[in-house]
Formats: sequence, structure tokens, C-alpha cells
Amino acid sequence: MNARILPYMLILPVTLFLCLFFLYPFVLVSQEAFSTGDGFTLDNFRDVASYWKFPISLQNTLLLAAAVVPIQVALALLMATMVNRMQKGRDMVLYIWTIPLGISDLAAGIIWLAIFEQSGFLNSMMTGLGIVDQPMNLLSYQSPLIVFVAIALAEIWRATAIMLVILVAGIGLIPKEYYEAAEVFGASPWKRFLKVTLPLLRPSLQTALILRVVLAFEVFAVVAALGGTLFPVLMGEIYAYQFDLQDGGAAAALALIVLAISIAFTLVILRALRVPKGATI
Amino acid sequence: MAEIQIKNIAKNFGSYQALHDINLTIADQEFMVLLGASGCGKSTLLRIIAGLETATTGEVWIGGRRVDHLSPKDRGISMVFQNYAVFPHLTVFENIGFGLRMQKLPDDEVTRRVERTAGLMHIDQLLKRYSGELSGGQRQRVAVARALAMEPDVILMDEPLSNLDALLRLEMRAELKGVLADSKTTAIYVTHDQVEAMSLADRISVMHQGRIVQAATPIEVYRNPAAEFVAGFIGNPPMNFLPATPSGDGKWQVAGQVLDGPTSRSAPLQFAVRPEDIRPADSGLTATAKVVEPLGAHLLVTCEVEGTMFRAVLDSDLTVHVGDQLTLAPQPDRIRWFDPETTLAVA
Ligand SMILES: Nc1ncnc2c1ncn2[C@@H]1O[C@H](COP(=O)(O)OP(=O)(O)OP(=O)(O)O)[C@@H](O)[C@H]1O
Ligand SMILES: [Mg+2]
Repeated sequence: MNARILPYMLILPVTLFLCLFFLYPFVLVSQEAFSTGDGFTLDNFRDVASYWKFPISLQNTLLLAAAVVPIQVALALLMATMVNRMQKGRDMVLYIWTIPLGISDLAAGIIWLAIFEQSGFLNSMMTGLGIVDQPMNLLSYQSPLIVFVAIALAEIWRATAIMLVILVAGIGLIPKEYYEAAEVFGASPWKRFLKVTLPLLRPSLQTALILRVVLAFEVFAVVAALGGTLFPVLMGEIYAYQFDLQDGGAAAALALIVLAISIAFTLVILRALRVPKGATI
Repeated sequence: MAEIQIKNIAKNFGSYQALHDINLTIADQEFMVLLGASGCGKSTLLRIIAGLETATTGEVWIGGRRVDHLSPKDRGISMVFQNYAVFPHLTVFENIGFGLRMQKLPDDEVTRRVERTAGLMHIDQLLKRYSGELSGGQRQRVAVARALAMEPDVILMDEPLSNLDALLRLEMRAELKGVLADSKTTAIYVTHDQVEAMSLADRISVMHQGRIVQAATPIEVYRNPAAEFVAGFIGNPPMNFLPATPSGDGKWQVAGQVLDGPTSRSAPLQFAVRPEDIRPADSGLTATAKVVEPLGAHLLVTCEVEGTMFRAVLDSDLTVHVGDQLTLAPQPDRIRWFDPETTLAVA
């Protein structure tokens, strides 16, 4: 086959697949978002953005991402460095740490609900130890901070491993000689992490961050299980528009707003962690 | 002043003993080459000196100070790695200045030293580039410049030229020798290339299966190999060996010829001579030519003497055909003798 068209032939199946299952629905959603029945309009967007729950759910989503993602990056880096140093049992530890990945987010929410609810483990433990007299309702509107912390904990527990596996793979690709050179030239273990691991991990960090940030904007089931209506987030609002209010146009418009936010953050991450030309391993 | 002393170093990897009781003293400003076949423990020894590996037993002294418990940065050493280990995310400037930055030297001092060593290695034009934009030879220069910029007492090099093509290797070899001689550092250089070893070294330590078999000047190692292994390893082609049986009073029977040899021995020995120390003559060893290779300057003839392979480097004026019967005389003062029991040289 002609060498010029061969590459295009090879990516054709994937392209077709993406067009059929991604581009086509995307066009449909856009159509729905930009129309109310009679031609092009921005009414859906105006409605969605002026609804009182929009700013609060946007704020909650961003706050949650801002609290969860940095902790996850730090944790994933720490765990990846530890796994990388391990001689024996490395695979075992990695399997155990990635178990939460295999659990659906709703199930994860329910697991943490079992810990935090009034008759949950946390309350039984605290009453058992005599810290409190009787079980408290921790996840109530009176304690928004505890609700937030519970959701953040569940998210960290559930989705740190996705970053971990990417970073472990990335760290494994860094040749050992760089660390030895850094050591010989006087870099302490912390400096070696800062001056060798972090910069050489940029491509993996980029991937992990983008994936995680985009997922953070899509947080839904964990919040639904733990916070219910106490902690509105963007995805929850999309769900409410679509199924409770039966307003497909508004749901589609909000979905496009979330998409725009995701794309914006992706671009920022790509730019912030870009590797200069010629500076790759 | 940085004399290096290696005392009774041994290294085990699990049940495998990679180094056996190594003792070696390297004088201040000496250029020492560790030479040996792949897997003989050269890198392991170098890494123990650097502090990247811990010896199972033994001591390392640098400049009169025991250093085996110190981390690499406190040993006064710097190192050139086999794959250069030039940091891809730093420019050439920052690579060369890496160690200086770690020492928190002031900016102007870093700049001064980086520019000076970059000048020495002829890479002052490349300071702003990343390693991905350099050729292998240029990367090699950066690695050497980075080591020199530390102004170390000792510079350690693990096969630094092995990834370069033959021509570049030749060029870098000469350059390295000049730069290191000027820098007045003690150097340890690991290689499995004997030509490189010969051309660079003040002294060569020939290693074999985790031991140092001989540590001597290149000429000494070449002329007077301390053991059969050295004789068979150094020189291209290596030394010829033939069994010798005593026939009384310092006379030895070698392939039907009687030659003068050691007087103090009565058990059979190995007779050895370099291919280039053999001349066609009227009397001598009877050899049958098997392969004739004209090499321009010389004629390399591989023959058989009493069933043993025997090589001779002859004058290219001679015409030799496969199957020819030759009479070859070894140059008497170049003949060496080895004890087949101990494999060591016999005086
Ligand atoms: N970390 C290790 N674990 C187990 N065995 C090792 C380790 N490092 C080296 N060895 C073994 O020790 C021996 C010496 O290795 P070393 O790397 O010093 O050889 P070398 O002389 O440098 O060889 P080359 O010329 O191929 O680099 C080898 O047999 C090797 O398999
Ligand atoms: Mg080696």
C-alpha cells in the first residue's frame, strides 16, 4: 500500500468509532443546548446560569476539586516513589492500593456513608470510646464542613490510584543513572526528587492531572450518596435538569459549560507542565 | 593530593561474589585504567569507590581519609557515566553547573567555572541547548565538563567512550588524555577496550573474574604479563602458547625444538610468545599455514604447530600460501614462560 496513505488508513477505524460515538452525540447535545424549539438561541444558557443553584454548585465543584486534586497529587507522588523503591512485594502493594479503582463511585459513596451516617462505624466507635454520649448526625445541614470533608475523603480514597498507576509507570521510565549522577554531584534525596523525579515526570504528571481534574468536574455519585441535596455540584444539577425537571435543553447547556471548564483547565495544565523541545528523556 | 587506596575490598551480590579481596593503590594524579572482559567486576569496583555501591568488606581511602562510610558527594570525586546521564530537562549550562548549584556556589562563580570547563571541552557554543539537541559526542563532552567543573580530586569514568563511533572515540580519547593531564586529577577509567587502555593509562589494572591479575604500566603488561590470562587478553592477536617439557639444565622441549628457558623448574611449563616476535628462519618451530590475512602493514598468518593454533605477524613482503610449511623462530628475549598449575609467569 502507498506509504503516504497507510497511516490514515490505520487510524480510520478509530476515527470512525469516535465520530459515531463521540462526535455525533456531541453534535446532538450541542443542537439541543442551542435551541428551544425555534432556531438558534442562548436562552438555555441564560436560564441555567441565572438559576440560584448554579453559582453554588459551580463553587462547590471547584472547591472540591481544589481540595482533592492537590492532596491526590501529593499522595500519588509519595506512593509512587515508595512503590518504586520497593524490591519485594511491589506488585502486591500496587494491587492493594488500586483496589478502590475497581469499585464504582456510587459503591464508594455508600462505603463512606456507612462510616459517617448516624448509625455508622465512626459514631459507634466514638460512642464506644466514650468520646460522645450518643450517635450524632454528622452529615446534616448543620455541619457543612463535615459533609465536605467526608466527600473529599471518599474522593481521595476512591480516585488517587488512577494517578498512582500513571505516575508509577512514569517513574519507572526514568533511568537510574540520572539519580546516581545527581547523588554523585551532591543532591540530597529531597533535591533528587525535586531536580530529577519531578521534572522528568512532567509528561506523566500532565496526563494524570488532566485525567483527574476532568474527573473531578464530573463528580456525582459520591456526592449524591454522602451529601444528597446538601452539597449541590454541577453534575448533580445536570441530572436534576434532565430527569427531575425534564428540561433536556438546560441539561445539555450545563453539560457544555462543564465541558468548556474541563477544556480550559486541560489547556492550562498542558501549558504549565509542557516540556521544552529537546528536553525529553 | 588524592592518592586512592583500596584495601581488601570484596563484594557479594547474594551468593555471587563479584569482587575478591581487591588491593590497589593509585598514586596522586595517576591515570589508572581498569581493564577486563564484560562481567569481571570493573563497574562494581568503580561504583564502590564512588560510593554508589557498598563493599561487603574492605576499606576505601582517598587522600589519606577513609571514605567508605561517606556518601558520594563527600568523597571528593566526580564521575562520567557510561550513558552520560546528562539531564534531559536542563540546558547544557545547568548540566555542567549542576554540582556547583548543589554546593550553593554564588552565580558568578558557577558561570565562571561552567564557561571555563565548557571551553576546555569545546562546547561553549552549546550552553543554551538541551541534551535532546546534542549528538552523542557532544553529550559525552557535557558529561566530562560536568565532572571537571567540580574541580574534583578524583574523576571516575565508566566506559565513557563506548557509545561513540570508532572515529569519534579516537578523537575523544586523545582529547580526554590532554584535558585530564592538565587538570591534575587522579583518574580511574573503566574500559574493556585494550587499545583505549594502552593509549590512556599510566598504569593498567587487568581484572579477571573479580580479581586484579596485574597492575602495571601498559608496556609492562604487554611485555611481561603476570599471568596466562593477561597474556591471552592483551594484544591483538594475543600471545601464542605451546606446551614445553623440561629436557634438563634450563633446556626446554617445545614442539620438537629445544629452547633456553627457566633453570629452576622441573615440571612442564607453557611456552609463550607474541605473534609479532616471530621471524621466519632456517631453524625453529615447524608450522603449517592455515589462514593468511594481508593487513597492509603486516601479514597475519594463522598456522598450526603440532595441532595447536599459532599466529605470526610477518612482514608483508613475504608471500605465504595456505598449506605452506613455515619455519618460525621466536625472538629469544621475548619468550615468556607460565606455570600451568598456577597460570602465573615464571622468571
Ligand atoms: N546489582 C547486582 N546484583 C547482582 N549481581 C550484580 C549486580 N551488579 C553486578 N552484578 C554482577 O557482578 C558481576 C560484575 O558486574 P560489573 O557490572 O562490575 O561488570 P563489568 O566488569 O562492569 O562488566 P561490563 O564490561 O559488561 O560493564 C557481573 O557478573 C554481574 O552480573
Ligand atoms: Mg560495567
